[in-house]
Amino acid sequence: MYPPRFSLIVPSTLDEALEILSKYGENAKVLAGGHSLIPLMKLRLASPKYIVYIGKLQGLSYIREEAGRIHIGALTTHATIESSDLLAKRNPLLSETASRIGDLQVRNMGTIGGSLAHADPAADYPAAMMALNAEIVAKSIRGERVIKASDFFKGPFTTALRSDELLVEVRIPALNGFFGTAYEKLVFRAMDFAIVGVAAMLEIDKTGTIVKAGVGLTGVGSTAVRAKGVEEELIGKPASIDTIVKASARASENLNPPSDIRASSEYRRAMAVVMTRRALSRALEAAKARMKGQG
Amino acid sequence: MEALEKVRITVKVNGKIYTHDIDPRLLLVHYIRDYLGLTGTHVGCDTSNCGACTVILNGKAVKSCTLYAFMADGGEILTVEGLEKDGKLHPIQEAFWENHALQCGFCTPGMIMTLYDFLSRNPRPTEEEVRRAIEGNLCRCTGYQNIVKAALWAAERMRGGGGDE
Ligand SMILES: Cc1cc2nc3c(=O)[nH]c(=O)nc-3n(C[C@H](O)[C@H](O)[C@H](O)COP(=O)(O)OP(=O)(O)OC[C@H]3O[C@@H](n4cnc5c(N)ncnc54)[C@H](O)[C@@H]3O)c2cc1C
Ligand code: FES
Ligand code: FES
Repeated sequence: MYPPRFSLIVPSTLDEALEILSKYGENAKVLAGGHSLIPLMKLRLASPKYIVYIGKLQGLSYIREEAGRIHIGALTTHATIESSDLLAKRNPLLSETASRIGDLQVRNMGTIGGSLAHADPAADYPAAMMALNAEIVAKSIRGERVIKASDFFKGPFTTALRSDELLVEVRIPALNGFFGTAYEKLVFRAMDFAIVGVAAMLEIDKTGTIVKAGVGLTGVGSTAVRAKGVEEELIGKPASIDTIVKASARASENLNPPSDIRASSEYRRAMAVVMTRRALSRALEAAKARMKGQG
Repeated sequence: MEALEKVRITVKVNGKIYTHDIDPRLLLVHYIRDYLGLTGTHVGCDTSNCGACTVILNGKAVKSCTLYAFMADGGEILTVEGLEKDGKLHPIQEAFWENHALQCGFCTPGMIMTLYDFLSRNPRPTEEEVRRAIEGNLCRCTGYQNIVKAALWAAERMRGGGGDE
């Protein structure tokens, strides 16, 4: 399976890359880690005339804290996110999510920018993006804009990015207080895409009340979604398993997941509830452990 | 900024420097096998699923069927041929030999290169961690049992122990 021919452009600076994108636009495809684009090209599902390889650009691979948020460069690999000490402390939801992507080799090459721009409806990161209210930063020669995760994913393999824009950064909160997070991914084989994936974040206060909740689901529709009903049911309630069981039941609200060779729509709806319960239970345990440790 | 139909790459493979003019669509695995004649790196699935094409690029295990060769430009590659030193097998190779971790051997170079990366990051792995590390490498013969054993044996050898004999 040989990919189709293309002409190669290798910019050496970000500005150069943006110039090229504004010039070649629709005829060009950005190439980062290649772990979505190259398989697509082999299958002739993509045959771009020009490839703009951004893998050599400096300064797009970083994880740092800035004003209460964690900024992650687009070229940061899944492996780097998985093993980041900063994320382990301040937002373990993203590192756990990264650790569940594909396999060791895929995580060594694939980038967060590539995964989000590709927008596979069963990809793992989008669940965390929804749960965390993440922001995605896009740049073009026209300037920079910050897109909310909820406005970013438009449909299967479709995002709010314009053809002259480069995704340059992802911003997520640096979590505080007695928080807990978990990502639960249902798969039947090693290194598979999620049948259902649920990312959960909870924060409790000293009185044992849930004060913050974020729940994102992937694999259950044309894009990842935020489980608003579940979040509503959690906030202000006692941090107990009862609360979680009751809230999780609302995870399948408004879901109309696809039926495919791996699972029926009905099964996915049922599993959305189960995986939400598991993710929230684990997040709650982590939050309580944090309270015990600090309080 | 020019759009290139041919691209010049320079890579260091198993310690030797090579320069070639290549087609941008040339896959790294074909570069390694056809241009350099290093056929220890295999093509199994060609769809990034089996791991037979795994090599070390700049210290990390990657599936060379899912990279363009130009992406390795300026980089350093280690293939299974580069593991042995002064006629002595690398401890991971020795471990596969000693523990009967291969039958047909098709998956073996990929398994070894994945473990090379994994064990360099995790010198004291549990069995469970070894199993997770080779998730992306398929073996149709051994049932993985002896591969896992070999990995643990190699880890101990590389830490300076005697291996679990
Ligand atoms: C065997 C295998 C298993 C996998 N399993 C999983 C899994 O379990 N879960 C999961 O979530 N993913 C999985 N993936 C996908 C993987 O995470 C990819 O790495 C990721 O989707 C794409 O990242 P990339 O850097 O390789 O992007 P590329 O393949 O280089 O690019 C992907 C797309 O994004 C665009 N793009 C890339 N970077 C940018 C940017 N900065 N700005 C704008 N556009 C950009 C490209 O033009 C292209 O359209 C798997 C992949 C493989 C090969
Ligand atoms: S040949 Fe590359 S993963 Fe199978
Ligand atoms: S030994 Fe035959 S495929 Fe692994």
